[in-house]
Amino acid sequence: MQTLQRTPLHGRHVELGARLVPFAGWEMPVQYEGVIPEHRAVRTEWGVFDVSHMGELEVEGPRARELLQGLLSNDLDRIGVGQAQYTLLTNERGGIVDDLIVYVLEPGRFLLVVNASNARTDYQWLREREIRGSDVRDVSDDYALLAVQGPRSIERLGLADASAFTFAEGEVGGVHCMVNRTGYTGERGVELLVEAEDAVDLWDAVLELGATPCGLGARDTLRLEVCYPLHGNDISPETDAISAGLGWVCALDKEFTGVEELRRVKEAGPEQRLAAFVMVDRAIPRAGMDIAEGGRVTSGSLSPMLDVGIGMGYVAAGAAAPGSEITVDVRGRPRRARVVKKPIYEREA
Amino acid sequence: MAAAETYPDELRYHEEHDWARVEGDEATLGITWFAQDALGELVHYEPPETGQQVTRGSAYGEVESVKAVSDVIAPLSGEVIEVNSKIVDEPEIVNDDPYGEGWLVRIRLTVPDEVDSLLDAEAYKRHVAEQ
Repeated sequence: MQTLQRTPLHGRHVELGARLVPFAGWEMPVQYEGVIPEHRAVRTEWGVFDVSHMGELEVEGPRARELLQGLLSNDLDRIGVGQAQYTLLTNERGGIVDDLIVYVLEPGRFLLVVNASNARTDYQWLREREIRGSDVRDVSDDYALLAVQGPRSIERLGLADASAFTFAEGEVGGVHCMVNRTGYTGERGVELLVEAEDAVDLWDAVLELGATPCGLGARDTLRLEVCYPLHGNDISPETDAISAGLGWVCALDKEFTGVEELRRVKEAGPEQRLAAFVMVDRAIPRAGMDIAEGGRVTSGSLSPMLDVGIGMGYVAAGAAAPGSEITVDVRGRPRRARVVKKPIYEREA
Repeated sequence: MAAAETYPDELRYHEEHDWARVEGDEATLGITWFAQDALGELVHYEPPETGQQVTRGSAYGEVESVKAVSDVIAPLSGEVIEVNSKIVDEPEIVNDDPYGEGWLVRIRLTVPDEVDSLLDAEAYKRHVAEQ
């Protein structure tokens, strides 16, 4: 039996009456009041998530950029200091070791925010490929991370608006933190990276300003409505980026691990594609369910905004076009669904 | 508004967190406060069909929250004579009123003696305390 890790905010979650569950080796809040009210708070007002379980890796040195350009799928030369980029750590088969956000702290210093379940794998992956002039460090224990998301989040925090995928040093409630215009909900918002010892002060300040505390349950339904993939479900070392619909973060004109295979898949056209779908029949799709037209559901839930079952899954390329009807095997019962354009839920302008 | 934790004395209970209100040779069935609290807000009810036979200890339907699916276990054997179709449209009623408006099916008992094997409210409360 493995002991679960706890974030610096664990005591706060217990005080708030959160339901705590094991997730990727951490004891994390899945919900406080309930998944649906928390989800709606983020879509209509704002909410705060403790995502301190996520990993942080720092890559530094005169050849740090060269190392990362050869290992990450997106083109780092497209961004400068103060900017961030969604990218993939790929393997030789074009599979996805992890998806992550890279922040350019200095010309030779990068921060990688990675999935909790992959933090160790990513660290080892980078260490094994380190070159002289690049140093990789796991700094996960030094930081806590709060995602503050929703249409009201930036004004309620008293922050100046900024472009998506930028970051700056800032202060919230007197607590110094790194303010990142990133998130996993499809809403406006920020992710606040803070020294672990200041995490409780920052959390208290954000709640004091009126944010709804939200758990990983709402985080999952929010990301699914906007079709952000979840590593381990929708993408994995066995699925390639092109089939997953992530060709837009693969700079196929540069050299990186697995690029030849990705070019080949793109050229030939993928056999299966990660499609988003909405149930036509009354049913809730779940990960692992078979799709009759070939393929499998990788994520599924009820959409709290649309009040209908939604999901993503790999389906034969011929059945992956929006409008195609597919049939999901819901515990032995065939239930019809329709493939839709991503995202499933679109935020009102 | 979610209901407060209660286990009414007039009901009989099954260890799998289901209740039965027995009236003559018929019974109304549902899930207990403990079951709905463990699941969270219900968003789907997959009911049996009227006329279907249900067997004590076996699943006769499914309830789902955003995160989880759970079989609903029959505390007694019988034939389904009515399904609460209101719960199909508004499953969250089970959270609000698990023993009243939130009932799931009515059955005609085929093995009335099974009632004797169910727990009374005190015994079920002790069972819940051990979970």
